[in-house]
Amino acid sequence: MDEKNPAAHLDLRGVVCPINFVKTKLKLEEMDTGQVLEVIIDAGEPIANVPRSIKEEGHKIIKVDKVEGHFRLLIEKVG
Amino acid sequence: MEDKKSIEIKYDHNLEEQKRPKVEVELEKGKKEVFNLEQLKSGGYIRQRQKDLFTVRLRCPGGRVPLEKLKKIAEVAPKYSKKDYVHISVRQSIEIPYVHYQDFAKLSEDLAKAGQKVASCGPRVRVPTACSGCEYNPNGLVDVQKLCQEIDQKYFGIQCNHKFKISLSGCPIDCFRTNEMDLGFQGAVEPLWDEDACTGCRICGYACKEGALTNDPQTGKPTIDISKCLYCADCIRACPTSSWKEGRKGLVVRIGGRHGRHPVNGSLIAVFLPENKMGEVIEKVIEWYNDRGKGRGRVRIGDLLMEKWQDFVNFIKPVLGEYALANSERPKFNKIHSFQTGWMPENPAIEA
Repeated sequence: MDEKNPAAHLDLRGVVCPINFVKTKLKLEEMDTGQVLEVIIDAGEPIANVPRSIKEEGHKIIKVDKVEGHFRLLIEKVG
Repeated sequence: MEDKKSIEIKYDHNLEEQKRPKVEVELEKGKKEVFNLEQLKSGGYIRQRQKDLFTVRLRCPGGRVPLEKLKKIAEVAPKYSKKDYVHISVRQSIEIPYVHYQDFAKLSEDLAKAGQKVASCGPRVRVPTACSGCEYNPNGLVDVQKLCQEIDQKYFGIQCNHKFKISLSGCPIDCFRTNEMDLGFQGAVEPLWDEDACTGCRICGYACKEGALTNDPQTGKPTIDISKCLYCADCIRACPTSSWKEGRKGLVVRIGGRHGRHPVNGSLIAVFLPENKMGEVIEKVIEWYNDRGKGRGRVRIGDLLMEKWQDFVNFIKPVLGEYALANSERPKFNKIHSFQTGWMPENPAIEA
């Protein structure tokens, strides 16, 4: 797990629910356990829904930063 | 249960029904009884416009129909129904229409081979309804399917003054409209905050749909206005660090609601009632209803509650204990026919 150098990045600004979550899920499936994915999502509905769904899939959200009108999530792949 | 049903049919006390023509019907093989056609409704056989034809309502608690039973229903329905469909009732039960009353015994015998039972109508506890609950629905907080099957096993068919409908919803979205039921149970979870685990990410503030959570502009740490909270647990599910945790968890209890011509909004009487107290509440409510309803004929519990609210509160408070809502109010009519300006609900004589 490397917080400073995520293994993959997804810019999901402007991508609506639930497509943003689906893209995140598919990306995580390609990755190895313990690797970190950086995802940028919009405020509003995406930030209310996407973290919850990622958590329900069993992955770990290790960092959340608010950057202007959007959020940067660091997700560690679990399992 | 089957015996109880046939006994109850005989004593169905809707006086108008006594005037209807009587027929000899075989409800179980080799056991013929004389009924008037309206009385059969009590056994789940609902008279149709068409002479001698009935809709047979099946017992499908919580709308969950095991595939073996579904296959059996699909197999036997065409043998006895004059139509090629079943109807799904508003209370989740499968109904087989256009069945001749002389086929009742054969139909129920065939269905029983897969364990499928016929439901009931009339003045009694009906088949309970429920959403899919927490078992697989992401919003579900309580396993209402489990509770629904428990209610069906223990309380289905108990005689009351009038119909008595119980429904369960797993969360405050309340898809099963517990406020429109004679008795309703809805899942709820109290959120508790653990400051040490909180990273100030603000996700909870975005996840809360009620405006109950505000995040500090600098630190991002939340404050909760519990007066706005619906106990839906969205914050708990969204929190990445499990800083929001489950506190008290249980059932919101509503009573005295109904739909129909003049819907009544049920009263909320308890919050976070533990699941294992649900049965006791049902029993005590039915006890109160049957006692206060004595000699009153077909009266719904909501009407009795409007009239005798304080009496009910005094009766039920010791049962609900610490889970009782302090300032519960009597059920109220929910006027839906706004053009009907002349109608006023009979003002119940309120007893002190």
